[in-house]
Amino acid sequence: MVVKRFGGLTAVKDLDLEIEDQSIYSVIGPNGAGKTTFFNCVTGFYKPDGGDILFQGKSIAGKGPDQITKLGIARTYQNIRLFSNMTALENVLVGQHIHLSSGLLGSIFHTKAMRAEEADAVAEAKRLLQFVSLTGKGDFVAKNLPYGDQRRLEIARALATKPKLLLLDEPTAGMNPREAEDMKGFIRRLRDELQITILLIEHHMRVVMGISERIAVLDYGEKIAEGNPAEIQSNPRVIEAYLGRGGAAEDHRTAGSIPATAAS
Amino acid sequence: MAPLLEWVFSGKGLSVAGALAIAVIVIASEVLGNRRRTNARNVTAVPITPRQKQMRTGALMALLLIFPLLLGTYVSEVLDQVGLYILMGLGLNVVVGFAGLLDLGYVGFFAIGAYAMGMLTSPELGLASLSWWTALPIAVSITILAGIMLGVPVLNMRGDYLAIVTLGFGEIIRLLALSDALRPWTGGSQGIQLIAKPVVGTMVLDNQLKLYYLILAGCLLAGFISSRLRDSRLGRAWMAMREDEDVAQAIGINLVATKLLAFSVGAAFGGLSGAIFAAKLGAIYPNSFGLLISINVLALLIIGGMGSIRGVVVGALVLVGLPELLREFAEFRLLVYGALLVVMMLYRPQGLWPEDARKLEAHEDDGLSGDSSAAPAGRIIEPA
Repeated sequence: MVVKRFGGLTAVKDLDLEIEDQSIYSVIGPNGAGKTTFFNCVTGFYKPDGGDILFQGKSIAGKGPDQITKLGIARTYQNIRLFSNMTALENVLVGQHIHLSSGLLGSIFHTKAMRAEEADAVAEAKRLLQFVSLTGKGDFVAKNLPYGDQRRLEIARALATKPKLLLLDEPTAGMNPREAEDMKGFIRRLRDELQITILLIEHHMRVVMGISERIAVLDYGEKIAEGNPAEIQSNPRVIEAYLGRGGAAEDHRTAGSIPATAAS
Repeated sequence: MAPLLEWVFSGKGLSVAGALAIAVIVIASEVLGNRRRTNARNVTAVPITPRQKQMRTGALMALLLIFPLLLGTYVSEVLDQVGLYILMGLGLNVVVGFAGLLDLGYVGFFAIGAYAMGMLTSPELGLASLSWWTALPIAVSITILAGIMLGVPVLNMRGDYLAIVTLGFGEIIRLLALSDALRPWTGGSQGIQLIAKPVVGTMVLDNQLKLYYLILAGCLLAGFISSRLRDSRLGRAWMAMREDEDVAQAIGINLVATKLLAFSVGAAFGGLSGAIFAAKLGAIYPNSFGLLISINVLALLIIGGMGSIRGVVVGALVLVGLPELLREFAEFRLLVYGALLVVMMLYRPQGLWPEDARKLEAHEDDGLSGDSSAAPAGRIIEPA
């Protein structure tokens, strides 16, 4: 259960989720529902004001972001946050930081251990770039990559930390339906091939309904529904949260992504 | 050779005629070179082989070694100053260029290095009369300690706030050196005299030419360490921190250790520069360590290219070397200096010689990489 307040506003209120190992779990809800705030609590960007967060049975609430990453939680960001003046390959190398050990002196003297470690790290980075289909783009400066490539590079960087749980914050934002469809397949691959548990924030209902095993719906910081895609689509409270009382279809924030009808 | 040199250099810098002659030569070669380059534009650049690279490095080293011998005392003096600034520039480059921690009080480390050297070697103060080489590691260690002491309180500060605190740090160091309370140790406004000169074998490094080689060695060492660190796990962590501190932490980088290492390495180079500076002058005074030095070092980074090691050298030559050579034109010196900064920021904000992006992923064949860059985004996500 998690509580997060900003001044008098309770952004996340008594939120209680349980995410099964190696499942794909989505958190949806209207803008401002507290989804990203919840992500920030899990990854240590924010300190929860109440409750606790357990990861593999251990409490991580209040730990720093770097410690939480070391425990095996990685994330991507709603607005892509790459190290934009570094190359794609360097971004992935930074992602491997916690799994490398060479320090100041090893780097200055280029010890044998350091050189071997660097060579392995570069090989691993290339492998990850290949996994996200960025082969041949390793030497591109990140900010010069096209949008879709940047999204996938951000995932590669997160994968480099070797996470057990990956938090994806709107991975298909700004993508057209076809790209979103590709991303859907890719997320499934992450889980199936790498055995990573996926926690997803997403607005594309087609993506959410298509890959999630379970979905939680947030509204004003509270969980108003939880269940499998079919249950969510037929839940009256969800429809109300998205469309307002009476199903006002002109609500622009959900245009094109009305849960019950858009899901295939 | 000698009459020519006399014509080019007056007693203190370039003569008017000499400066004009050099300007004409530089502009002419630039124009001619440009013409040739335009003609050659269609020819693909041939990558240099390791052997060619070795030869270039060798030639450059030979040039660096004999250059001051040919040009005499005055040029050696200028190169000494440029070298001390290169050392400081390399240090500040680690802090600002690599790690993105804006430090406006960098002169503090230069001062601490110089004062530590003074206190440890000057018989005048009667604290200790060590030799320069014995005192050097102690002085550098003290500076590193100072770097950590500055680093700890500013760990949570960013950007402007950090800049203001470090600005204050630089001034505090200067005022401490000046204060009467510390006069027994720092000499107050009278400074410290009789600072030991470095001795190599039986040779005392007591003139500009001999010190030039010491400074050159220092610069090469600092440049080597900088480049090794830049291409390491630590260097990548610094750059990640510079790009986005929050994300760097979220990727697992320990910000405390990473920042303190940046401050320590930066401080060490500054301290080394200060220690050589103290020996060079033989006497130091608080007023040698003013804010203008911090600004100069930062400006030379900007001119050369933030984060660029070779840029530091170019920046120091342009910003310290040129004004020294142009002493004859005293009243216009600062005008040129200011104008240069404005022009740089407007037309070449990346600096004169910025670092190239590091190529780590060998392109096995160009067709492949060209192909994939043309591929529509998302195509690669094929069903497993």
